[in-house]
Amino acid sequence: MSILLDRDTRVIVQGITGRMARFHTRDMLSYGTNVVGGVVPGKGGETVEGLPVFDTVKQAVEATEADASLVFVPPPFAADSIMEAADAGIRYCVCITDGVPAQDMIRVKRYMYRYPKDKRMVLTGPNCAGTISPGKALLGIMPGHIYLPGTVGIIGRSGTLGYEAAAQLKERGLGVSTSVGIGGDPINGSSFRDILERFEQDEGTKVIAMIGGPQEAEAAEYIRDHVTKPVVAYVAGLTAPKGRTMGHAGAIISAFGESASEKVEILSAAGVTVAENPAVIGETIARVMGKAA
Amino acid sequence: MDIHEYQAKEVLSSFGVAVPPGALAYSPEQAAYRARELGGDKWIVKAQVHAGGRGKAGGVKLCNTENEIYEACDDLFGRKLVTHQTGPEGKGIYRVYVEAAVPIDREIYLGFVLDRSSQRVMIVASSEGGMEIEDISAERPDSIVRSIVEPAVGLQEFQAREIAFNLGLEPRLVQQMVRTLQGCYAAFSELDATMVEINPLVITGDDRVLALDAKMSFDDNALFRHPQIAELRDKSQEDPRESRAADRGLSYVGLEGNIGCIVNGAGLAMATMDTIKLAGGEPANFLDIGGGASPERVAKAFRLVLSDTNVQAVLVNIFAGINRCDWVAEGVVQALREIEIDIPVIVRLAGTNVEEGQKILAKSGLPIIRATTLIEAAERAVGAWRNDLTQNTKMRAV
Repeated sequence: MSILLDRDTRVIVQGITGRMARFHTRDMLSYGTNVVGGVVPGKGGETVEGLPVFDTVKQAVEATEADASLVFVPPPFAADSIMEAADAGIRYCVCITDGVPAQDMIRVKRYMYRYPKDKRMVLTGPNCAGTISPGKALLGIMPGHIYLPGTVGIIGRSGTLGYEAAAQLKERGLGVSTSVGIGGDPINGSSFRDILERFEQDEGTKVIAMIGGPQEAEAAEYIRDHVTKPVVAYVAGLTAPKGRTMGHAGAIISAFGESASEKVEILSAAGVTVAENPAVIGETIARVMGKAA
Repeated sequence: MDIHEYQAKEVLSSFGVAVPPGALAYSPEQAAYRARELGGDKWIVKAQVHAGGRGKAGGVKLCNTENEIYEACDDLFGRKLVTHQTGPEGKGIYRVYVEAAVPIDREIYLGFVLDRSSQRVMIVASSEGGMEIEDISAERPDSIVRSIVEPAVGLQEFQAREIAFNLGLEPRLVQQMVRTLQGCYAAFSELDATMVEINPLVITGDDRVLALDAKMSFDDNALFRHPQIAELRDKSQEDPRESRAADRGLSYVGLEGNIGCIVNGAGLAMATMDTIKLAGGEPANFLDIGGGASPERVAKAFRLVLSDTNVQAVLVNIFAGINRCDWVAEGVVQALREIEIDIPVIVRLAGTNVEEGQKILAKSGLPIIRATTLIEAAERAVGAWRNDLTQNTKMRAV
């Protein structure tokens, strides 16, 4: 089992004619993802990597029955593309684009609320590496070969740090049910909490790992009250000075939030096993799995 | 991107926020001239730097005569102002703002921020103006009023009224407060701000609501649609290394340590810094060269990290995904051949084609210290830095 994405998911790529989008479309196809088409306004009728290109997402959905979308559109137009996907009935959308204005994302989230919860599109990202259900499908830009199929559900903000965690698991022969990148931006589609909820319900996931970034305080409360599966977390930035933006705006250590060390305390109090440093993420997950088994 | 107080006041006043009369000056003579233009007999001369805490640091001076204005300016111009937000190196004063002093009755704190948990704009206000918001939330949390703005319709009048009444404002002042709040919100949302802070917002003795100070930050990702805001950038207020990095598409933050870091990805970069500390060292910087890690970027990154003279060892940590390790290794080798480096370089590669990458590093003949895991890389970096240090000290002793 897996969440959000499996072998049957029918994927379209918005912005498929761009250089990077083409490259990653090829990569997703070779991984076995069921990519069925692309959307670029004004380029309907063309083909890319043997896939049909449509002018609008609605046309693409009608012709291909696509239910998931990968947004590879430049920052000024990314929000518009996400809303187009939501309106066309796409069920799951991943936005890879880095640099989407925060207020655009506020508008996107507001727009998505016009749909009742059971019909509302699930969005992860922007500014993320994507989602992978190893051995089944890849919707994003991560290297598929570093993930083994298995029972660890990963939620992460950062791309390469997520790879680090997956590689440490692979070293120990441990696999992943689904790895979800939620992205590093302050305003994003899904929170740690949203994805925790899905992993808790997924039969194929035995242990949940949360890797890096803020928002954990809120997630901790949810874990304490609603999550029965063991949760492991690593919080990056224990050495980062407070109040400085590290990298993307999303990695900011906010004066209104908690510092990394305060987060570790909050998570531990909620029953989460915290990996003390990034070198022992895999080891910590393995230990918790041993106990859970 | 941050802007100066005088610029923020100009922006906010164009959205209907009332500010005291004031004028900008680049020299003591100009400041005195501006004061005469403004009239009155009491002026505040304020250093224009991108940092809070100017008052406590001596960057804000009350002047009663033209002479005092000259004296204040002589002291301010050209010096570095060190506040609790600038770091020990401080920020240079090249402009001052001269403002007519106003009689203050009450001080209010007013802030607009992006709130992560509601994913909306949040207004934070407090009747304890003049203090830092961190101190207010620690000492007088009950004085803080919060309100979240519904993005589809914007800040409503009733919300603004509620804030005004919750701050204990007299009914005759409420309308002015509503105008201030709505002006700030309009500026925030129309100009893609990430922060608006008025501290203090004052009630004057003659019942006016005035922004006595103003700070604004803008979303770098949205500057493309606000050229008039992008023009307000003042590079003299930025760490020169950080702005040079930003101009080259790299994300750099200078720190106090001596082990330079070159990493792809912000999360992994922070994790690398944590691991260096765990191994007993101190990172000299945060540097995210982006997911791609092309040879050009690696070379640029080396130059940038080495421009910090405190750096005594460099740790490269690249997790190659789509970009392969062999390609990244070529980049590292190429960079090290171009730039002369006389300090230890530790390279840890992981991910796609890692064996080929290691081979390229080994064959290069360059004195690169290789590592396979994160902790090994950090330990070797700290070890190499210590060795190097003892050797240098010995040489000096000889």
